[in-house]
Amino acid sequence: MKAIAGFAILIGFNAAGIWLHDELQLLLPGNVLGLILFLAALWTKIIRLEWVEQAADFLLKHMLLFFVPYVVGTMAFFSVLAEHWISILVSIVGSTFAVLYVTGYVAQKSQSNSAKRPLTPTETRKKGSAA
Amino acid sequence: MNELFQGIWFGLAFTIAAYFFGKWLQKHVSWIHPIISSAGALIAFLYLTGIPLESYEQGADLISLVLGPATVALGVPIYKHRALIKERFIGMILSIVCGAAAAVITVFVTMKAFGENAELQYSMLPKSVTAPIAVEIANTIGGIPEMAAVFTAITGVIGALIGHTFLRATGIRDEASQGIAMGTAAHGFGTSRCLTESEIQGTFSGVAMGLMGVLTSLMLAFILMIF
Repeated sequence: MKAIAGFAILIGFNAAGIWLHDELQLLLPGNVLGLILFLAALWTKIIRLEWVEQAADFLLKHMLLFFVPYVVGTMAFFSVLAEHWISILVSIVGSTFAVLYVTGYVAQKSQSNSAKRPLTPTETRKKGSAA
Repeated sequence: MNELFQGIWFGLAFTIAAYFFGKWLQKHVSWIHPIISSAGALIAFLYLTGIPLESYEQGADLISLVLGPATVALGVPIYKHRALIKERFIGMILSIVCGAAAAVITVFVTMKAFGENAELQYSMLPKSVTAPIAVEIANTIGGIPEMAAVFTAITGVIGALIGHTFLRATGIRDEASQGIAMGTAAHGFGTSRCLTESEIQGTFSGVAMGLMGVLTSLMLAFILMIF
């Protein structure tokens, strides 16, 4: 029952985000707007974490499943991939290294500047999303 | 025989079956990521049987619909770890914004250098973002969602495979920073990899992944607004 209510809430926020996107012609994707609205609702305690936790954990655990059809859909674009594979691979590998380095470097620098303290148990608790 | 592959049930049932096959296979052959094996099995099946992609998509599209609510669900881990985010707020936001900028700029420059068309460029811009958001960003800015999906998967696989080796080699040894870098560069694939290192890394990576999705969306929307 709780899970169903949770799903309904998540679907509702997604729908609200899509509606905002269409209605206001915003450049942010509808699902991201939904996520932002949802975070705002959690922070202001309009939505309680325990209402949505079960449903959210389920969706995050199986995120890969929802994404499979899109990867299968690339079948229709195999000729494009075959033709452009060198530039695609070089761009992705090069860019991934750049993002790793820039992010890691800035994170490490900013961290050594702030005071260090050990993490509390809640902070180190395992997080189980997969995609 | 043919009716079996019509209607919504075929795509729905086969996608779920392929997904659990991929999960099962990973337990035995750990280096094969489930997205590769499940999508690969489905593609091979469609090729061999000659069933058109459209018949598959009738049911499969229903599964893709869940990506929307699944994106909203990313808010839960972010909210749960709000104390952590608050504590390192400036550092996290700053490093992820720099990472998002690095992603967009490097893709733009390399694809431009190769003389690739705009559609392909736009499809690759969100490649470091978690899949459900990447697909929608591509949709919004004029890329091809399917291409964005495959670029995202390739990025994730590469990042998860060599990320830690690269970070250590470049002197980034701090656990939290490694997690943030992996989540920002390789989204969920990087996060799963981080969880095998330590819980701290996994947590930072998961939070960074969610923030990266939101920040990249904002950044690209901002760029589109100006130009």
